[in-house]
Amino acid sequence: MHKDLRGTHLSKKAFDNNEISTTLGDPHAYYEWDTGMGIGRFLQGLKEGRIWGTHCDTCKRTVTPPRVFCELCFSKNITWRELKTTGTVNTFSLCYVNWDATLIKEPHISAVIEVDGTSPRVGFLHLLNEVDPQKVCIGMKVEAVFKDEKERMGDITDIKYWRPL
Amino acid sequence: MSKVGIVSAGMTKFIRRAQETPKELAFEAAKAALDAAGMTLDDIDCVIHGTAPEAFDGIHMKGEYLSDASGGWNKPYIRCYVGGGTGVFAPIHGWLHIASGMFETALVVCEEKMSSCQPHPQGAFLTIFDNLIERPLKPNLLWIFAMEMNRYMNTYGISVRDIAHVSVKNKANALLHPAAQLGAEVTVDDVVNSPIMAWPVHRLMVSPPSDGACAVVLASEKKAKKITNKPVWIKGVGWNLDTSYWTNRDLAYPEYVEKAARMAYDMAGIREPRKEINIVEPYDPFAYKELHHLEGLLLADRGKAPELAIQGISARTGNMPVCPSGGLLGVGNPIAAAGLMKVCELFWQLREEAGARQVPGLPKTGLAQAWGDLMQVGTVIVVGRD
Ligand SMILES: [Zn+2]
Repeated sequence: MHKDLRGTHLSKKAFDNNEISTTLGDPHAYYEWDTGMGIGRFLQGLKEGRIWGTHCDTCKRTVTPPRVFCELCFSKNITWRELKTTGTVNTFSLCYVNWDATLIKEPHISAVIEVDGTSPRVGFLHLLNEVDPQKVCIGMKVEAVFKDEKERMGDITDIKYWRPL
Repeated sequence: MSKVGIVSAGMTKFIRRAQETPKELAFEAAKAALDAAGMTLDDIDCVIHGTAPEAFDGIHMKGEYLSDASGGWNKPYIRCYVGGGTGVFAPIHGWLHIASGMFETALVVCEEKMSSCQPHPQGAFLTIFDNLIERPLKPNLLWIFAMEMNRYMNTYGISVRDIAHVSVKNKANALLHPAAQLGAEVTVDDVVNSPIMAWPVHRLMVSPPSDGACAVVLASEKKAKKITNKPVWIKGVGWNLDTSYWTNRDLAYPEYVEKAARMAYDMAGIREPRKEINIVEPYDPFAYKELHHLEGLLLADRGKAPELAIQGISARTGNMPVCPSGGLLGVGNPIAAAGLMKVCELFWQLREEAGARQVPGLPKTGLAQAWGDLMQVGTVIVVGRD
């Protein structure tokens, strides 16, 4: 179907035989990110099995993950609100490839999830599981499945995934 | 404000892996543009460079690395970078330089060499995800596109088959582009039967990683008329950025593209874009993005853009040719260079120098648009013959 791709191709053999000049770059840089006030409190909530959001009292908009300033009205007119641990699938994908283009048999199911209690169209990225990939649909009601309490680290992965309600 | 014209264009071939270094690619495109204008570097007042993430090359301060090859030695030089939107943002920067009255001529060069990045250039995108709440989920770039495409399809009841028509058209158009990487005759069935990468994205709906470079020379009105008797004028420019919380956006409609388009239309005095724009080169790294963008550019009703490809309206010989170059799906996608390739295409089309790709009917006005950053920036340029 395709004509042969133009260009100079690299083979694995050429790499293995050291025929390709390669510089292994290791800048020894690693990062210790501060979570900040907004995400810090959100992650602490996940550790406790709760999902926190923030409400802008000017815009009347509730969002999660929370933020300590509202980027719409550019104020700090924020109150914290605990949300439910259920939501709705805004959109999803069944992904059959890893980032390096290698194939996966059972697809990763990524989704934008709108958590109940947030304003319309304010979702966040997470994963779906315990569901037949072919049955996932936009509008599906889902619930968060948390790790066991003692395994939680205060990390976004404290929610293992979301499953149909 | 001085009127600004494009007086020449040049590009390298777009290929999967070039043996040339990024500098050699940039030089080849820059020199081609200068030669086409009958100019030398001495005639250039300032240089604008566009290139995407450093991570592709593994070279920090890439703008500086590419400066000599872009003709930047001993000149006012700036690199601009808005991810995939860079290729149209760079000539907008060129416009700013000349319209300000500071400079008479500008050389705009965009280069990308993605193939150095192993094992796959997608790896360069992993760090664009939020470091605290997204990266621990091990996302890859396809997720965003696939989810946006799915939301677009679901909102308007569009099928994968509808969208496949864009791949068929653009890959066929590219067969006539001498610099194209992926020109091919494919059918709608070929596209919908190609492997699913991330539902609903199929392999033949994705542009390839590429190496390549493009360049244009811009000049003030007075200078432009001296350099060529057929300058292509920059009539309008626009750019706009949506929120960095990408999951908070309307994934079915690119509002930021509409805002950028309205800015460019206002400046160009365009009231009825569907009647006044003769050729469109919207950004098409994925087949659905061409449609998404045509709607944002107000060139199709919301959810109705697939009809343009299905009915042949966006074919090269249709009423509103879209991606007559072959687009990113056909010519290739060396990120920053891909956007500027679209501006080069308009330049050649409006001068009737596009050879076998020439759009019939003496097109007068064209629009190029690119998109990028964290899938949130729209950059738009409107050009015309008079
Ligand atoms: Zn607010």
